[in-house]
Amino acid sequence: MKKYIKAILDKKDRLDGRTFDEFRKPITISNEVSNKAEGSARVKIGDTEVIAGIKVDVGTPYPDSQNRGNLITNVELLPVASSKFLPGPPGPQAVELSRIVDRGIRESGMLDFEKLCIREGELVYNIIVDIYPINDAGNLIDASAFAAVAALKNAVLPKLVDDKVQFGEFTKTKVPLKIIPITCTVYKIGEHLVVDLNKDEEEAIDARLSIAVSESGNVHAMQKGGIVGFSIDEVDKAIGMAKKCVEKLRKQLK
Amino acid sequence: MAYTKRFDGRKFDEVREMEAKVGIIKRANGSAMFRTGKTIAIAAVYGPRELFPAFLQDPKKGKLKCLYDLLSFSVTERKRPGPSRRSTEISMVTRDCLEPVLDLTKFAYTGLDVYIYITQADAGTRAAGINAASLALADAGIPMKDLISSIAVGKVSDKIVVDLDKEEEDHKDGATDLPIAMSVRTGKLTLLQMDGNMNQTEIKKALEMGKKACEQIKEVQVKALQAKYGGAGK
Amino acid sequence: MAKILVKERNVVVPGQELADGMDYLPSEGAFREGEKIFSSKLGLFNLDGRLIKVIPLGGKYIPKKNDTVIGRVTDVSPKIWRIDIGWAFDVVVPLREGSRDFIPNDADLTKYYDIGDLVVAKIINVLSPKIVDASMKLPGCRKLGVGRVIKVESSRVPRIIGKQGSMITLIKDATGCNITVGQNGLIWISGEDSKKERLAEEAIRKIEAEAHSEGLTDKINNFLKESK
Repeated sequence: MKKYIKAILDKKDRLDGRTFDEFRKPITISNEVSNKAEGSARVKIGDTEVIAGIKVDVGTPYPDSQNRGNLITNVELLPVASSKFLPGPPGPQAVELSRIVDRGIRESGMLDFEKLCIREGELVYNIIVDIYPINDAGNLIDASAFAAVAALKNAVLPKLVDDKVQFGEFTKTKVPLKIIPITCTVYKIGEHLVVDLNKDEEEAIDARLSIAVSESGNVHAMQKGGIVGFSIDEVDKAIGMAKKCVEKLRKQLK
Repeated sequence: MAYTKRFDGRKFDEVREMEAKVGIIKRANGSAMFRTGKTIAIAAVYGPRELFPAFLQDPKKGKLKCLYDLLSFSVTERKRPGPSRRSTEISMVTRDCLEPVLDLTKFAYTGLDVYIYITQADAGTRAAGINAASLALADAGIPMKDLISSIAVGKVSDKIVVDLDKEEEDHKDGATDLPIAMSVRTGKLTLLQMDGNMNQTEIKKALEMGKKACEQIKEVQVKALQAKYGGAGK
Repeated sequence: MAKILVKERNVVVPGQELADGMDYLPSEGAFREGEKIFSSKLGLFNLDGRLIKVIPLGGKYIPKKNDTVIGRVTDVSPKIWRIDIGWAFDVVVPLREGSRDFIPNDADLTKYYDIGDLVVAKIINVLSPKIVDASMKLPGCRKLGVGRVIKVESSRVPRIIGKQGSMITLIKDATGCNITVGQNGLIWISGEDSKKERLAEEAIRKIEAEAHSEGLTDKINNFLKESK
């Protein structure tokens, strides 16, 4: 099948007839995953489905960031999503996926960490983003990052009484965000750059580049994976593709 | 203080609104969602497939394995991902309550994995999980003597009730939780647990109410299975 | 007086009562308890004379003798090939069943079929779920070239093939593609261009989705005509 996928790309075609920079359809987002979460989202890209939830609690700041809140991002590859995922501690794939999503939120400057400080050096909010793929039909990276962003956008802060979180009681204050970065991963198969691979196409991946793009069109985080390299021209082309795709994805995010 | 009216206005023997859907995860061999009120469970079945470690392989029949867990954001205070003592125990009782209706003799040496996750919790999660798992097993084409239907009954303050929600479980006068599962066709209970305080008469009464509730649950389950293939028939 | 409680081709569920009385016999997907016959599967009710059967609608493929299957070679050792056909265990093709041609005992078996190759094989013996033998000697058995491989529910394969192969012939003729269907639900498609292959896949997906509806041949015929 790997040879077949390459051969079909050589003919400027894909298994399902999409263009190289086209995401699967439909793309849907809903925000009613769990009413126990401060924010949540369910994202579907074609048959790929991921849910994400935000929990918020308070804690002490890290010594090197006394006036900033904390972010914890966690992806668990639930065994419901694929016969390849098994229960147990996170493997390399889950850890890398967590890292990519985390960079897309943390390094991009999405969260206003200073506003998440309650009292400098003493008390800050911890924002915990948990991401669970439900059906792995390819491109879990972008679906996971998108679900995390959609959940954060929808998230509020919990009520505090005497510095303690009143679990289950939410305020109307949104989790403070500065920008909304959306991640698009450009995959390299042979000489071709392609986005949003389905499960069959993933068999043929040589390398990939995940790119987080904000409203302004600026790139806020990148991460490369795979053992094959990208040329500068390819990186440039990939960013162009990512910007175009993110613009379309952003329209789904109300 | 007597419990005269339920917090959400239900009758004492009334089950919360239910919803079931079969085939929600395409990648799995069988899958289902079951919702009771605000409690939502999803289940997926993978297998029969090669069983590891190999010494667990049984030359007489396939081995059923169940995993139940809460997603971290399904509850008010974030649950740390990964199994806890509670989820390990529920995984075990879930397997034991499903296995009696399964015929795994044709699947010698293989393993059958059932994964159950609670995406939103409001009490009765193990029952919702079992209901979803039973549907997922049927969807996976596993031979079964019957579906398994499950509900929590119990006592809130002084009243015997069906399908406790979280608010009732936390009632200040105390609550007794009595989760059951049964094969409605034979009337046999395949899960029975209890935490709290009830007398013999009360337990009998609670179980009878539970049986009626299981009959209603089974109707919802049967409809969901038929719905995947366009209804009962033409 | 014995009676049947369900109509032909109705969707039935595990534990559902299908018949009452001793005049009928439970066959595949059904079992007797006392005077009554119940379904053990989610499937379609079928009465054939006195035999009550439930045709399954889902579930994993289980190897049966004489089935033609498509699989991928996972291991080659000095005397056997192992093939993954989507079942819990790999099936084994012994050296003597490897080819219609004579294979010497000391031959390098990877020259015939190497790891990763896609092959069509026939199940010749099912001793237990763990021990299944297949042959590459029989007509139709061969190594497959580069092509599109799709996975369908194995329970839909009979509908996809059709009576005496009528359905699959319809798709082959309309698309000009070479198509090989494995009983295990793997289908190999190879045509002159990817659009025709995609059309063949879409037609097969349509049959898979609507396998339990009637007048399917006409629907597929129209679909293929409209898509041309």
